[in-house]
Amino acid sequence: MAVPLGAFIAVSAVLFFIGTAGVLVRRNAVVILMSVELMLNATNLALVAFSRRFASIDERGSVFVVFIFVVAAAEVAVGLAIILSAYRNRPTVDVDEIRQMKG
Amino acid sequence: MIQNVWVIPALPLAAFLINGLFGRRWLHRWTGIIASAAVGLSALLAIGVFFEVQGGGHESTTVTLYEWIGVGDFHVSVAALVDPLSSVMLLVVTVVSFLIFVYSNAYMEHDHGFYRFFTWLSLFVFAMLILVMADNYLLMFVGWEGVGLCSYLLIGFWFERPEPYVAAKKAFVMNRIGDWGYTIGMITTFLVFGSMQFTEVFEHVDIATEANLTLICLAFFLGATGKSAQLPLHSWLPDAMEGPTPVSALIHAATMVTAGVYLVARSMPLFEAAGPSLAVVGAVGAVTAIFAATIALVQFDIKRVMAYSTVSQLGYMFLALGVGAPVAAIFHLATHAFFKALLFLGSGSVIHGLGGEQDMRKMGGLRRKLPVTYWTMLLAGGALAALPPLAGFWSKDEIVAAAFLGGYPVLWAIGILTAVLTAFYVTRAMWLTFHGEPRDHHLYDHAHESPAVMTLPLIALAVGTAVLGIAIGFPPEAGFIHRFLGPVFEHEGAAEHAVEAATILTLAAVSVAAGVLGILVGLSMYVRHRPDPAAVSRAAGPFYRLLVNKYFVDELYDRRIVDALRAAFGAMWAFDIHIIDGLANRLGWLAAVGGSGLRRAQTGIVGNYALTIVAGLLVILVAYGGYAAGIFTR
Repeated sequence: MAVPLGAFIAVSAVLFFIGTAGVLVRRNAVVILMSVELMLNATNLALVAFSRRFASIDERGSVFVVFIFVVAAAEVAVGLAIILSAYRNRPTVDVDEIRQMKG
Repeated sequence: MIQNVWVIPALPLAAFLINGLFGRRWLHRWTGIIASAAVGLSALLAIGVFFEVQGGGHESTTVTLYEWIGVGDFHVSVAALVDPLSSVMLLVVTVVSFLIFVYSNAYMEHDHGFYRFFTWLSLFVFAMLILVMADNYLLMFVGWEGVGLCSYLLIGFWFERPEPYVAAKKAFVMNRIGDWGYTIGMITTFLVFGSMQFTEVFEHVDIATEANLTLICLAFFLGATGKSAQLPLHSWLPDAMEGPTPVSALIHAATMVTAGVYLVARSMPLFEAAGPSLAVVGAVGAVTAIFAATIALVQFDIKRVMAYSTVSQLGYMFLALGVGAPVAAIFHLATHAFFKALLFLGSGSVIHGLGGEQDMRKMGGLRRKLPVTYWTMLLAGGALAALPPLAGFWSKDEIVAAAFLGGYPVLWAIGILTAVLTAFYVTRAMWLTFHGEPRDHHLYDHAHESPAVMTLPLIALAVGTAVLGIAIGFPPEAGFIHRFLGPVFEHEGAAEHAVEAATILTLAAVSVAAGVLGILVGLSMYVRHRPDPAAVSRAAGPFYRLLVNKYFVDELYDRRIVDALRAAFGAMWAFDIHIIDGLANRLGWLAAVGGSGLRRAQTGIVGNYALTIVAGLLVILVAYGGYAAGIFTR
């Protein structure tokens, strides 16, 4: 039995908004990074679902997902490195405390 | 010899390069010897060229060195025009230069700028030779500007003191006004004739309209008034006496200041075809002659007397050109180069002997201390006062006679009157310097005759002063100089007024009488005090003050021209500061204010940035959604 496309999209949308809310409301930099990961994976889910549904026309959506994995991995590496060096500079990961970039 | 004519300027150029590059560190005193030797060799070559031109039927030869500019129809060559006129100039310039170079070796001996002096002097001779050799107006302009530059450098030779530096600047600025005229003349010549070469332009004089020719001639004459210190651009020359005395003798008496006379003489075919131009030349020359002679009556600085005398004698030369007697003008140029160089070098010898004193009121009785200087200067003074048989008599008499015979009785009268004044001021200067009782005993006791290196050139120039006039100017109107230079100007046909000997003799007698009258008045005033000079100056009152202050010309220029220019430039400066700079500053201020406003957006709070991103995303989604919906409804 086939799960309808709308179900995938619904899950994807829910995940995306959870991630967005996480980015906006949480202050812990590590948690924000995790929320960003959630948003990326929500996107991945939508892409895979569409790719599967329209496989007769095009399956490039799943190729895109692989790219997003790679970019996400790089993003985590860089993001964690930034958080780590910010933490060394001043022992906190609270983004409201880190505001030296103020213009 | 003529084919190698370029060696003549090459020698002073080589001396300039050697002295300029190696003089300060290695050559020291040798610079004077190198420069003198180079100019001496040039003089020998110039004598050779002169005799070759004379022997070769007086024809003109063009010696092209290389093509300088060739663009489309515009061709200018570095080429020499060797004809009687330029060979006379070459001879005068190199011989007088050589004697003055030798003299300078002793005169400048104790100056720490010795090498610099000979470097600039060599460059000057090079530029002057280019000026007289050039076969086109553009190359002549190179020499013209070159001598102007050297004049500036040498007037300001003692730049540690303010007066020479100011005088140099004044000479340069006034010469620039003249050079502007020269440039206008040169460009117009090219536009009208399509060429700047003398021979080509003069062959096609008839293709130009009279208005064009008049413009060209008056523009060139403006250049000549600047270089030759004629009214209204005369006032730089007396100030130029701040330079070393050999410079005054060479540049500001014998050679450079005659460049204007040479320019007009060279361009004679244009001037003759150009209606009123020659009349302007003659009038300016006559007015300048008497104007400067009156100022020379009352000066007390020995060099200033000579400077105003030079301006006056140059006026005579322009008078001669104006009445259509270019041969007489060049004749007077040559004799004047000798006797005025001698007067200046003699003054230099006096100044040297007195340790730098130039005020004639502190001299007197010096003939016992400086006999050679006295006798040679006496000869030159006689020539300046136009006493026969000295050089000045023959040339000046020809000019005055030409004015009379050419139908210009007013110019003739001015010439005779100026001759009286000239004889008077030269008598006065000689008496105050060499006769009477010493007025400053301290100076008198330390006075000494100059060394042989300085007196030998004086004697050589004195010989020239004594014999040159009779050698080339006798008989009047038909002497060697006329036979030699006549062919250059033959197209005029004016030189052949068949005049009776009686007329010539009468005219000569009148001008000699004028000279003798001036001398007698001078002697009576300064020897017998009848009338007493001080009483005369008191009686003359305001007129005397007018003369002492040189007719207030400098003050007039300062008030009317310099101040007006200052005011105009002040206004331009204010415009620059307030409008141009103000605009730039206002734009910068705008950017700064805008930036400090936008800076508030950078809060540094990560949450704000994230919210902005999401808000932006939503805006894009809504906008795109609306757009897509619009498409679907269609």
